[in-house]
Amino acid sequence: MSIGPTNLLLRWREKRDLDKIEGYKLHGGFRSLRKALIMKPADIIAEVKKANIRGRGGAGFPAGVKWGFVPPGDGSRYLVINADEGEPGTFKDRALLAEDPFRIIEGAAIAARAVGLTAGYVYMRGEFLEIAQKFERAIADARKGGYLGKNILGSGLSFDLFVHLGAGAYICGEETALLESLEGKPGRPRLKPPFPAVKGAFARPTVINNVETIAAVPVVLEMGGDAFCNLGVPGDGGVKLFGLSGHVNRPGLYEFPMGKNLKEFIYEDGGGLPDGKALKGVIPGGSSTPILKPDEIDVPMAFDGLKNVGSMLGTGCATVIAEGTCMVQVALRVARFYAHESCGQCTPCREGCAWMASTIERIEKGGAGMGEIDLLLDIARNIKGRTICPLGEAAAMPIEAFVVKFREEFEAHIRAGGCPSLAG
Amino acid sequence: MQLAFSADNEARISRLLADYPDPKACLLPALYIAQEQFGYLTHEVMELVAERIGLPAGEVLSTATFYTMYKKRPTGKYHIQVCGNVSCFLKGSDRLLSVLEKALGIRDGETTEDGLFTVTTVQCLAACGTAPALQVNDTYYEEMTPEKVVDLVKRLREEGK
Repeated sequence: MSIGPTNLLLRWREKRDLDKIEGYKLHGGFRSLRKALIMKPADIIAEVKKANIRGRGGAGFPAGVKWGFVPPGDGSRYLVINADEGEPGTFKDRALLAEDPFRIIEGAAIAARAVGLTAGYVYMRGEFLEIAQKFERAIADARKGGYLGKNILGSGLSFDLFVHLGAGAYICGEETALLESLEGKPGRPRLKPPFPAVKGAFARPTVINNVETIAAVPVVLEMGGDAFCNLGVPGDGGVKLFGLSGHVNRPGLYEFPMGKNLKEFIYEDGGGLPDGKALKGVIPGGSSTPILKPDEIDVPMAFDGLKNVGSMLGTGCATVIAEGTCMVQVALRVARFYAHESCGQCTPCREGCAWMASTIERIEKGGAGMGEIDLLLDIARNIKGRTICPLGEAAAMPIEAFVVKFREEFEAHIRAGGCPSLAG
Repeated sequence: MQLAFSADNEARISRLLADYPDPKACLLPALYIAQEQFGYLTHEVMELVAERIGLPAGEVLSTATFYTMYKKRPTGKYHIQVCGNVSCFLKGSDRLLSVLEKALGIRDGETTEDGLFTVTTVQCLAACGTAPALQVNDTYYEEMTPEKVVDLVKRLREEGK
């Protein structure tokens, strides 16, 4: 049976003025926060655990479990909302931040109540400046309304929220690099442990959640953890934003329960490929997720579903690639991205990403020998597992998949002394 | 002449200091404020920021050079940033770049002689569903076509005179 779209998160498409506090309240805004303020903190965490909402930034770690890791105690404890969206192919958080900012603010205040947090920072990538300015106005309105700041709605809870702009570095989406960046330093990931829950921002206990995860929290409290969970599939609760880009007739942002079939998503909801072109491959959830061939896409879009076919759900934003596209060129864009974005801290990633990019460039432009295909695989395999943070893996896994699944195309390039499609 | 923040910017930095438990965390926003006032970040500007926040100048340099959005040299009044990553590439971003280069008579990374335009290829702008995308300074332009790019350049040229 086909799974139809939902609009629990994407509700701005039918409800107007959600980005203004009056409009937000008119549509039931802050009801979940009011509920949270009279619940026991442990009960709120229990609801989020029941909801089984797995981290929407791509790692898929259960949010409720993460909240539960913060040790009890006094003093400053922080919430950091990861809005550093920048994984190629991914475009969901930008829309949430712009269209439904109060949902995120409400989710943040609920998290503060549940975990005992004193302040929060929304770490937004620098390119989102105009959205950040709008978000800051939303925060100011929420403060005026008593939903943020001292003694929220007379409950005794004090929690404030601030926007912090990044400055152009994909690595800052990695949670510990993000913390370094928040503290005013270059975004170089930290060794774990200690984990942020124990020692995070400003050396204090910190919860870091993706924008979409936090935006789902008011929904969870509104409908109850079990009801939210039951919308999804076993092991993966609730609904999620999914994206389509590339060679597809109806690109854009969608929302479905977890477990939506990827093939159906592309061909039914997305309307298939333009001009009836054949499918060549799908990058299922951002550039770090290994590409799937057409015979591999009949899978549920869920963290486990995509793992079972050797890829990952990632951010849930799929890139569709039509027949006729040069896969070496696609691989080159991906490789260059990671070479550009490696923070340089770990040698295997710094050197390996640069070598993968320059090797693919030589294959694309001519001058590479046949042995360089295996060399590419060797470099990729020697990055994996040898770095502080997952960026190394994020670069190596997709390159390995491009080479293994489209090897004949790489070979044809080398035989032709460069890209056959450019030779005409 | 000794560099100094304007009174407005001085007040903005003071307000920022209240938002963080550690003044060092104001570095990224303070660098943006400095860039806004001075256009780009010279060593002198970085020293001013260092002094204001209470950090060694070397630490400010280390952070400022890590991030691509801090400009270390003059940039055109209109900084056109064309996304060249996968989704935009699939929807023809290479063509947008070559149309821009031709219209402006410069190559990727260069600035026009009149100081009006700089063009650079950038990494993913998180606008893949509306690809191909570009930014002019901080404003997004999405679902771009070569024709729209030509019109945009024409309009900016008028505006920027």
